[in-house]
Amino acid sequence: MKTTGEPLLRELAPAVLGAVVRRYGDFGAAEDAVQEALLAAALKWPRTGLPDDPRAWLIHVAARRLTDQIRSESARRRRETKVALEAPPDENVVAPPDEAAVEEDDSLVLLFMCCHPTLTRPSAIALTLRAVGGLTTAEIASAFLVPEATMAQRISRAKQSIKSSGVGFVMPPPRERSARLGAVLHVLYLIFNEGYATSAGAAHVRVDLSVEAIRLARAAHALLPDSGEVSGLLALMLLTDARRAARTGPHGEIVPLDEQDRSLWDTEAIAEGVQLVADASTRGAIGSYLLQAAIASVHDEAPRVEDTDWPRIVALYGALIHMSDNPMLALNHAVAVAMVEGPAAGLALLEKLDRDPRIKDHYRLDAVRAHLLERSGQVAAALPCYEAAAEKTASIPERNYLLLKLARLRAS
Amino acid sequence: MKFMLMMHAPRGTGDYKINAWKPEEFRAHIQFMKDLNKGLRDAGELLSAEGLAPPGQARIVRSQGDDPPEVSDGPFAESKEFLVGYWIVDVESAERAYAIAGKASTAPGPGGKPLGIKIEVRQVMSGPPDSL
Repeated sequence: MKTTGEPLLRELAPAVLGAVVRRYGDFGAAEDAVQEALLAAALKWPRTGLPDDPRAWLIHVAARRLTDQIRSESARRRRETKVALEAPPDENVVAPPDEAAVEEDDSLVLLFMCCHPTLTRPSAIALTLRAVGGLTTAEIASAFLVPEATMAQRISRAKQSIKSSGVGFVMPPPRERSARLGAVLHVLYLIFNEGYATSAGAAHVRVDLSVEAIRLARAAHALLPDSGEVSGLLALMLLTDARRAARTGPHGEIVPLDEQDRSLWDTEAIAEGVQLVADASTRGAIGSYLLQAAIASVHDEAPRVEDTDWPRIVALYGALIHMSDNPMLALNHAVAVAMVEGPAAGLALLEKLDRDPRIKDHYRLDAVRAHLLERSGQVAAALPCYEAAAEKTASIPERNYLLLKLARLRAS
Repeated sequence: MKFMLMMHAPRGTGDYKINAWKPEEFRAHIQFMKDLNKGLRDAGELLSAEGLAPPGQARIVRSQGDDPPEVSDGPFAESKEFLVGYWIVDVESAERAYAIAGKASTAPGPGGKPLGIKIEVRQVMSGPPDSL
């Protein structure tokens, strides 16, 4: 499999693509040309050494590929239609403006474009990883455990949607900026989640999507350092990923937060996440990613599970529920309340969720109820809830975890 | 989200007696399936799709350590329905999987009328759940 490999190339990818799109307009063709240029560099640079200006080199090669392509395309059309088309664009590429501001602007515009709301989320995810993340189609396909041809179609479809929707290569206007940023953050969040989900399931996945998502969130944070939600998302990812080594056992089994060996947690990532939350909290408007990051930081800062500041977590979930009507957050809130006021208080909160069509059939509702019933000593009532949860989940490690709990509880 | 769409058909009775179809009816049916798969492939949703050979030659193999294992005609002899083919798709939601199954169900039969084939939709299990 071909891979662009070098981190430097991947860092440069979005700025190079931005510059080429800005000059030639055709996003789809420019994206292909940049991928070819990255590949050419990956093959050539290890032998010849780095060019003086790697970015300019990549832009030049990509522009060459693009003009070659336009020329052969127009030649084909000439042959077919016998109509002479406009002369091919000048091959001589003007050196790109070197101002860092333009480069950063391009990367940001690119990110907004790849996460445009007209795209389906799987399309936006694939396109973002390729165009902004500099991954090859094969790498993205293997990360999502789908055939390469399927992923290639998803990407080409995403490009077509961008083309046909007439989305220009410009910053979204200020009145749309916040909603569009929300779409970008959601795509990065989904990439992270996917990495979180696949890392324990399928071993030997070449590309670590959680690492990619953190890299992209870092880039977004560098471009928008004053956005609390960007800081919040990056912090949430760092604080969650910090527990990676502890959250699965030797056989890939789930180790819940309260049973994790906290000495395995990544203290450096935790420190960075905590700092991001602290900095962003003083800057004003507090959004849902920042609140979720704050909750994660409360967990991560407790040296032992019994040191967890549950009243603070209850308060933070309270603020989150107030901000967005999300039944999954309400479920987490119930768990936190149970930690502070006892399982009966948590169980009482679940009753409202039983009537919410968005979550009433979700396995997590059964799993939480089972857990709270077990904690309150109602083992007989907990058993069918664990059973129901194990039957409903689509996650193999989660099902195994629930079945194991069930077996242990029956044996006790 | 990945789903398996399993197409179940009654054992060669009524409209499903394919060898009694007119050639153009058969061709229309094949074309429908080809178009359906092409649409899914172009959308980047298709992971795989296969049609299965008729159940006449199917066998049930089982072993509790016996060597060679027991090979039998299994319960097929009594079953009225069997699996004729499946798709595995990667889609954004369960609703999208139902929509694809709904479309597949309308594959034409005799007289070009939709067969209304029964499609069972099952989610493919994955790694840990998608929650942070």
